[in-house]
Amino acid sequence: MSDQKLDPTPAQTVGPFFGYALPFPGGPDVAPAGHPDAITVHGYVYDGEGRPIPDAVLDFWQAAPDGSRAGAPGSLRVDTSSGALLGRDGVRFTGYGRVPTDGDGHWALRTLAPAPEAPYISVCVFARGLLHHLFTRIYLPGSADDALLASLAPERRATLRATQDGAAYRFDIRIQGSESEGAQETVFLDFV
Amino acid sequence: MTTQQQIDEEIARYADRLQPGGHPPRDYPPYRSSILRHPKQPLAMLQDPEAVELWGPVFGSGDVTELDADLTLQHSGEPIGERITVSGRVTDRTGRPIRGQLVEIWQANAAGRYVHRREQHPAPLDPNFTGAGRALTDENGAYRFTTIKPGPYPWGNHVNAWRPAHIHFSLFGTAFTQRLVTQMYFPGDPLFAFDPIFQSVADPAAQRRLIAAYEHERSVSEFSLGYRFDIVLDGPSATGFEDEENR
Repeated sequence: MSDQKLDPTPAQTVGPFFGYALPFPGGPDVAPAGHPDAITVHGYVYDGEGRPIPDAVLDFWQAAPDGSRAGAPGSLRVDTSSGALLGRDGVRFTGYGRVPTDGDGHWALRTLAPAPEAPYISVCVFARGLLHHLFTRIYLPGSADDALLASLAPERRATLRATQDGAAYRFDIRIQGSESEGAQETVFLDFV
Repeated sequence: MTTQQQIDEEIARYADRLQPGGHPPRDYPPYRSSILRHPKQPLAMLQDPEAVELWGPVFGSGDVTELDADLTLQHSGEPIGERITVSGRVTDRTGRPIRGQLVEIWQANAAGRYVHRREQHPAPLDPNFTGAGRALTDENGAYRFTTIKPGPYPWGNHVNAWRPAHIHFSLFGTAFTQRLVTQMYFPGDPLFAFDPIFQSVADPAAQRRLIAAYEHERSVSEFSLGYRFDIVLDGPSATGFEDEENR
């Protein structure tokens, strides 16, 4: 890198009051409406005492089923007459979703399974109390271990694997491990 | 309950906990809510030129209109407060503009009150102000919002805790790695020294990158005061890798 590096703008917490600004209609519904291959991934976000976090918001990003990483516009769609957000049109796959946790710290995402060559859904976690967001990844059951998974100890690797949960997949995010409960902290990522 | 003096002492104690890029440490006890909401394990370092996170979500003209950047037009009347514009450029760390990307903001009203059920301190809601807006950056990475200056407000971190006036910003780069949520502050705020969220960014130079500049030429005569807030997004991107390969 020969370019002079500008210093970045530091992160700050999303705080508790994002609820009227960041969530948008259809944010969890990344899969096109009625798509036969739609999957549901859901779980809780927990703190270091194992308590669910009701004021977190998760951003999801993934490759399209054909492997494209280009994404597509149309996640928000503004109603040009009222200014309200309509959400996606139910046809285009944008690759992007946003889900706030509910009062029980629960979230659910409906999407299409990511492409085999990029077999994960990337997650960016924001929450009150979290000063700088965290990245993690959801790998569905059955995909081969990639270089990241192979580099992790088995008990750490397991935190990135969703598990079959009836017709859905379960993926919990533990921002901080809990020794008293023996709860393993989710693996979070830094990109270099 | 914790006093401001105790928080001040803790802020001084953690002032050397500097992070790369000037970002706040996630483990920052003066901000009490961080204690159980930070990871204890080191982050897993990932270097993969094919990582999906080196690309990112895109937005378009159907997602955001120009009117969405004016927070004073969302109701039938004018909001109370000091009308301001906040404008600036979004770039990556090489100075390349982030084009056509989504910028979202949210804020308290002029009395320091958020439109949120959990926020119940005795300051009035403004029927003409919600406090959320969106914009897309232009070809130069520039954005511009019209709003009112938010007020400071009390919170429960410790006795007599007050947040300096701020506007929350949410940003996307060309890569998901560059995702950023931050807070923009106003120059000369007397509450900076007392606020553990602002002070979690301990490096004074990094603190300055969170503070907008008043720029008189951005003010509009008899209408609005102009603030500039330029934003630099951190993190690698696919376009960055391509540039390196072509060099």
